[in-house]
Amino acid sequence: MPELTTEVERLSLVIEIGGMPVRVNTTDADFLILLQNRYSGFLSESDHAEVEFDVDLTNAASADPYADVQVSYGHGLWSLTRGDFRAEWEPALRSGRIRQSANPYSIDAVLRIVHTLVLARQGGFLMHSASAIRNGKAFLFAGVSGAGKTTISRLAPPDATLLTDEISYVRKQGGGYVAFGTPFTGELAKLGENVSAPIGALYLLAQGPENRIDAVAPGEAARSLLANVLFFAKDEELVQSTFYSAFEFASRVPVSRLTFVPDSRVWELIG
Amino acid sequence: MSRLFVARNPRVAARNLDGEMMIMSGRDSTLFTLNKTATILWQAADGTTSLDEIVEHRICTEFAVEPAEALQDAETLARELASHEILQISEQPITQAAPLPESRAGESR
Repeated sequence: MPELTTEVERLSLVIEIGGMPVRVNTTDADFLILLQNRYSGFLSESDHAEVEFDVDLTNAASADPYADVQVSYGHGLWSLTRGDFRAEWEPALRSGRIRQSANPYSIDAVLRIVHTLVLARQGGFLMHSASAIRNGKAFLFAGVSGAGKTTISRLAPPDATLLTDEISYVRKQGGGYVAFGTPFTGELAKLGENVSAPIGALYLLAQGPENRIDAVAPGEAARSLLANVLFFAKDEELVQSTFYSAFEFASRVPVSRLTFVPDSRVWELIG
Repeated sequence: MSRLFVARNPRVAARNLDGEMMIMSGRDSTLFTLNKTATILWQAADGTTSLDEIVEHRICTEFAVEPAEALQDAETLARELASHEILQISEQPITQAAPLPESRAGESR
């Protein structure tokens, strides 16, 4: 009797960001290579994975990466959708499925969302900010697009280790906070280093006529923090968790305004 | 005019930082910063104290305003906060008000 089924080879890799390994399975060798290149420096040999995704590659014709992200939860299942992908993730089973075309941007968005959801329950978050390690401490530079995240990253001296020029990864550990490098890049298009350090300070970026650091009132610190935290899910419990996490962070980490002119001397104030 | 009762919505997150009350809607993540009057109203909104009692005992004692005018302003404010689902309003006492944030040094939750 002829064989009716064909064994399809399953290829996989583990992407570990912020100490959380996520296994991605695909049957497409070219897509696997694309992911290996995209997440170079963030690949892990770990057998363990906090989350495991099977990726089903679809026709790119229906992709619209500019559509709004929709993230919802029901019956134990997270549903993540944008014009260019549909994903489900079942936390209890630590597994999920992504339907997307063979591009790195869709899975990048899925990973960001999944990390925000996991971190929200652990007192951490992703934040629109550049970050770098200097003298054993991590420093975060927050601001909206155009505030200077890329500029401050580009000006970093050789003894500073860039964690990201766009999306910082903040995890609560013990009584403090730790920043991790991320592969999530901005205009600099340079992956961060996959290292971590305790956070020494958060600076709210502003460009001005001189380099200076000014104190920020606690209320403004919390408001600015919340304005820069990435959050996608319309879920009351997670909204509340993230809100309180921002206040907790602002009460434990020094938050200041860093006004700077775009030259490297600003780093004389950092670290 | 019928008596109104107001209650803090349990579905919001709130923190009082150095006298500045910040509230985030659990529905759509919108962040509100309440002014002093709104903060007094929100803190007093236990669901069982009527709005006119709040105005008489908490607002008129804080600000030099006529009670009738203050009540009218407070009702407008309460309805605005309710439209953002920060407060609940009813003509009957409300039993499920959110607890007041715990006080801590410099801030409260």
